[in-house]
Amino acid sequence: MTSVPDTDAAGRVLSADGTPLKQSLNRALRRQKLRALALIAPLLIFVLVSFVAPILDMLFRSVENQLISDNLPQTVVILEDWDPNSGELPSEAVFEAFAGDLQIAISKKVHTRIGSRLNYEKPGISSLFRKAGRQVKKWDIPNDGPYKEKFADLNKGFADIEVWRTIKTYSGAYTNGYFLNSIDMQKGADGAEARPENEQIYITLFIRTLIMSLAITSLCILLGYPVAWILANLPSRTANLLMILVLLPFWTSLLVRTSAWKVMLQDQGVVNEVLVWIGLVADDSRLALINNQTGTIIAMTHILLPFMILPLYSVMQTISPTYLRAAKSLGATDWTAFWRVYFPQSIPGIGAGSILVFILSIGYYITPELVGGTKGVFISNRIAFHILSSLNWGLAAALGTILLVVVMALYWAYDKIVGIDNVKLG
Amino acid sequence: MADSDQGGAFVEFDRVQKSYDGENLVVKDLNLSLPKGEFLTMLGPSGSGKTTCLMMLAGFETATNGDIRLDGQPINNIPPHKRGIGMVFQNYALFPHMTVAENLSFPLEVRKMGKSEREAKVKHVLELVQMGEFGGRRPSQLSGGQQQRIALARALVFEAELVLMDEPLGALDKQLRETMQFEIKRIADDLGITVVYVTHDQTEALTMSDRVAVFEDGRIQQLAPPDELYESPQNSFVAQFIGENNTLEGTVKEIKNGIALVQLDGGGLIDCKPVNVTKAGERTRVSIRPERVEFDKTRLHADAHTLKAEVLEFIYMGDIFRTRLRVAGQDDFIIKSRNAPDQVRLEPGSEIEIGWLAEDCRALDA
Repeated sequence: MTSVPDTDAAGRVLSADGTPLKQSLNRALRRQKLRALALIAPLLIFVLVSFVAPILDMLFRSVENQLISDNLPQTVVILEDWDPNSGELPSEAVFEAFAGDLQIAISKKVHTRIGSRLNYEKPGISSLFRKAGRQVKKWDIPNDGPYKEKFADLNKGFADIEVWRTIKTYSGAYTNGYFLNSIDMQKGADGAEARPENEQIYITLFIRTLIMSLAITSLCILLGYPVAWILANLPSRTANLLMILVLLPFWTSLLVRTSAWKVMLQDQGVVNEVLVWIGLVADDSRLALINNQTGTIIAMTHILLPFMILPLYSVMQTISPTYLRAAKSLGATDWTAFWRVYFPQSIPGIGAGSILVFILSIGYYITPELVGGTKGVFISNRIAFHILSSLNWGLAAALGTILLVVVMALYWAYDKIVGIDNVKLG
Repeated sequence: MADSDQGGAFVEFDRVQKSYDGENLVVKDLNLSLPKGEFLTMLGPSGSGKTTCLMMLAGFETATNGDIRLDGQPINNIPPHKRGIGMVFQNYALFPHMTVAENLSFPLEVRKMGKSEREAKVKHVLELVQMGEFGGRRPSQLSGGQQQRIALARALVFEAELVLMDEPLGALDKQLRETMQFEIKRIADDLGITVVYVTHDQTEALTMSDRVAVFEDGRIQQLAPPDELYESPQNSFVAQFIGENNTLEGTVKEIKNGIALVQLDGGGLIDCKPVNVTKAGERTRVSIRPERVEFDKTRLHADAHTLKAEVLEFIYMGDIFRTRLRVAGQDDFIIKSRNAPDQVRLEPGSEIEIGWLAEDCRALDA
């Protein structure tokens, strides 16, 4: 018979030498834990440095706005007392402070950056700052005022109340301006307001991205399910052979595959030629299959299909064919047996595949860029544009953050509805 | 070998053959008929064709040739879901995404039965297998034995008259298996259902069945009630397969008055009952059960032939003693004796004489 463990006054179980059992267990496990930590440390550090840190930096950029308050410090302080809705330009003191700030900024060569930053909010300011840069550095401050007139002479843009309103609006160290911009709004005279309709693009893009990703995911389920079924029910020799066909696209360059679709789908492409040849489509009304949403959906479904088939296959492999037999022996028709018995058991595979395909497609960039034309591009193409061309990283970061939040929200919703433990990735 | 057409055969295999590859027959010329209410076991080593027969009856495999009839109707072309045969699978095949009650209600739902009627039947069948409180559980929350009961209940709930069982107790431990053997037998008898049971466990077959069909090499080797099967095996395969058995090889010297005199290859003459031998000079394999061997000369016929034996090993097994002997040059001759107060314990190394009643020793095919 085993002895009952001793306990101390507080009711804690004691080990043989009188120390609390929990404490000696911790001590015994500490070495093991440290060794385990040391083993994963290289990867942990790598992930932190190369993945977590950049993401945090990007998230920070979506609200960061220190460029203006750092480089126009005096101007920003004095501007606080000015009411843009008064209909008058700021006072002479503001202009004088601005001239002083600008001279320092010019000597540090940051005035053009300030200009481009403000240019995102009000086009034209960039050239204003560039021109000022050549003149202002020659000024003798504070002796050759008044600066209100000097600036007005330099460029009449400086006499525009809207320019000063923009400087005042973006004078804080942090701003929600990028996020407002991301959802087609802007900071107006009375706070946030909708942008004019011809400037609204992002909401449409977000919705298009979501709808098209859903369409791609659904198509992948429709096309992938039967394939996975066949793979799972064939003898393993044949299944392995066919599996190579499924994996083959993985071994081909993404660009090659996408370009191949261009060849297939264009006006004079293989598909259209065949359709015209067999007479399904008239020669003068060929199908527009590329450089639009159709093109993006077709190409991306093809590219992402393996990500649906693989988890489906691995889940289906674990479903014993006996279940179907059992259902049939109990009187179910083939369809009922499939729908009531097989399908529910394959849902974890559908879930895993859908999450993979949906999340991959929502952030997809290359394929929509190449085959999407103007109507078939995703939000990620816009993000890429702001990163690479317009250099408005703050806006790109805000768009990216929204995308991240949307994906996480969908993931959360999926967990609530289906349950994340119902997902099997392999 | 199988019973010929009798009136009122419920299940009937008529010259059934099955081949998967078109070259080898897995089932060769199977003839079998069983009346309503019978508990028939198909017993055989793996690969002997017994499961294939069961699957053909269930409709998951098609017979390559021949007819399978259920209640007089050929069922070769009837899909499994229309046959109305209950089936218990080897690993139960309870649907993991449904509760026990949903599993049981499934066959009733596909038969478009009303909700209240379904609930009543599920409740009834749960009580039949003594699992009344488990309706709300998932199969994964049940032990092996409990899952077994539910699988049985599911095969019974839609009142199938024929229930097939494919090694249903294979995954259970010994004790549970024995309990379930009696349980299944009791339920089958109570409901008066016809059961075709497949197993490779001969004890299970002997305990439960009305008749046992011993399969080997795609044929039924013997179809008989358990006692007959054990005591009068028709050939050396059946003798070997059912229970423990001593085999000696030899040549028939003469057959006289229903007794065959066999000259053993290892030396010695013995009396046997001729089963598969008809004339002198034939090769034969002689089979004798360990518990039918006598080493007490007073209990044998005065003129019975005996053999010299050397005791090699004595094993105490509690209820019985098991003694290994060298007989006619063979080291694997076993005798079993009951652990009774006056029982002799044979000393290894000692020389004894053994014998038996001629009818206990069967001269079978070589």
